[in-house]
Amino acid sequence: MMDSIRLMPIDYVILTVYFAFVLGIGWVLKRQTKTSEDFFLSGRSIPAWVAGLAFLSANLGAQEVIGMAASGAKYGIATSHFYWVGAIPAMVFVGVFMMPFYYGSRARSVPEYLKLRYDEKTRGFNAISFAVMTVFSSGISMYALAKLFNILLGWDFNFSIWISGLIVLLYIYLGGLTSAIYNEVLQFFLIVLGFIPLVYLGLRDAGGWSGLTERLNVVATAKGYASGAWTDSWAHMGSPTTNPMGVEWFGMVMGLGFVLSFGYWCTDFLVVQRAMAAHSMAAARRTPLIAAVPKMLFPFLVILPGMIAIALTYHAGGSGFALPKKPDGTFDFDMAVPMMLGHYFPPGLLGLGLTALMASFMSGMAGNVTAFNTVWTYDIYQSYIKKDASDAHYLWMGRMSTVFGIALSVGTAYLATRFNNIMDFLQLVFAFVNAPLFATFLLGMFWKRATGHGAFFGLLLGTLAAAFHHGLTLPSGAVAGIKGGWLAAPPVHLYPSEMAQNFWTAIYAWTVCFLATIAISLLTRQKKSDAELKGLVYALTPREREEHLPWWKTAAGLGTFVLAVAVLLNVIFW
Amino acid sequence: MGLDIRTPIGFLFAILGALLVAYGLLSDPQVYQRSLGINVNAGWGTVLLGFGGVMLWLGRRPGAPP
Repeated sequence: MMDSIRLMPIDYVILTVYFAFVLGIGWVLKRQTKTSEDFFLSGRSIPAWVAGLAFLSANLGAQEVIGMAASGAKYGIATSHFYWVGAIPAMVFVGVFMMPFYYGSRARSVPEYLKLRYDEKTRGFNAISFAVMTVFSSGISMYALAKLFNILLGWDFNFSIWISGLIVLLYIYLGGLTSAIYNEVLQFFLIVLGFIPLVYLGLRDAGGWSGLTERLNVVATAKGYASGAWTDSWAHMGSPTTNPMGVEWFGMVMGLGFVLSFGYWCTDFLVVQRAMAAHSMAAARRTPLIAAVPKMLFPFLVILPGMIAIALTYHAGGSGFALPKKPDGTFDFDMAVPMMLGHYFPPGLLGLGLTALMASFMSGMAGNVTAFNTVWTYDIYQSYIKKDASDAHYLWMGRMSTVFGIALSVGTAYLATRFNNIMDFLQLVFAFVNAPLFATFLLGMFWKRATGHGAFFGLLLGTLAAAFHHGLTLPSGAVAGIKGGWLAAPPVHLYPSEMAQNFWTAIYAWTVCFLATIAISLLTRQKKSDAELKGLVYALTPREREEHLPWWKTAAGLGTFVLAVAVLLNVIFW
Repeated sequence: MGLDIRTPIGFLFAILGALLVAYGLLSDPQVYQRSLGINVNAGWGTVLLGFGGVMLWLGRRPGAPP
């Protein structure tokens, strides 16, 4: 194992200053949090740029910072497909086409939209699976933070769990969603400003962009791919055998670009909640579009460090950086960013880098907790447990659910230390539940004939289709079980990689849900009248007029600009 | 909103920047071998200080567009 990094007093001072500000913001906002709408929806008063950065930051958990660097090392610049094919088009779609219905319906949550558009059972299914999922995600974030700080700094595992849990609890308890959003904006700047020097120093060590390209060509040929496999995003996507991801372009574009990314960015309440908190319809629509601008540039911040790490490992730079190895002799890609921080950052800047890392874990956690307390209070507690209580009671319940949401997350974090397989299993189940969701929303918003029965059973069948597809197939080289192949031995189909299997699972789930929802809707009666569906479905909603705004303040104008830049980035790094 | 988020962001980065600059000027140059011989504390601290200042300035003007 590696030696842990020694922190100097200056590093602790920086970390402490950050904690003081995070808690201070919660404290100041406590006075303004008087109603449940203040607590859960920030009183719908957030300016577009703040909501936009929070939209981005809520998703900017550890999975992104650590995971994208790991993928950058494993797959090279093709990892950018998660941004330039995946996230960006989906973020433009939700802003331009879907936000009018989310925001315009005055629904307080994504499950509540489903209740208004379809029926109670569709809402219940989504609310309960979402609530469980957020608690587990927040717990896994906590576990990852504690494990990382234990390895990196030698901090006690329990200490990291309790300190991070307590701080997130305090600032959300005090100021609710506004506090989470404000801290997410702060964390956004901290993450960006904390990682830029890392990219700069790493790139300098690797001999600039041209030096990095040369080194990555060495990596590619050493692994048996054409040189350029780590520095071209599209050129090697023709066949799964010619790129390290093991995916061909069609599966990638449909599975990742269409089903998975649209499913996440367009339906996940964790991010949509930030836009719902915006002060006006125009601001809500611009929220994901404003978020898309920095999001497009994130590959340079989170993927590039991983590429630098693998390049320097195969062909050493002046400073002798190399990736650490796991006990089984393979490279520990997840340690790319943390090890680089320890390697390049002197005391002082190291404190800033670790604070940025801490901030990314906490923003991921806080995003989940605020989404959980809202769905719990509005969609579960108010709907099924206590219907007609006072607003003060629901505000109280919001604070209480923050406490037990975090307590459950802590429990999950400890569970993860003992039963790693349970975590893998749960994440798999959530993937099945999430994969078809976008079909339900797409039909709900653009086809007024879609019915409650159609949506509910379509979702159920889509989820089952995902499970069956996973059970019948296996990535090559994997053992049947959690990786798939548990329904048929030998499996019906072998995928070249786990990623290819994931993408195709999503494609099947989405298609089954889409077709089943249409078929069942046609066979059942539409119980909602046109008047009830006004504001919820495209054909029955008056268009927003935006002609009086400059182009960069309209959803269509800003969306077109964002897409054009995304296309340009794809072409430059083809 | 009662609190403009630019103000706390401005203060945080101004403080962090000032801390880094001060540490960068006082610390033993030996520690910068790690960062390829560059005094990144002084350099990046100045950038943070400037960013904090801009945020404070934006946050102070009432009714300024974001």
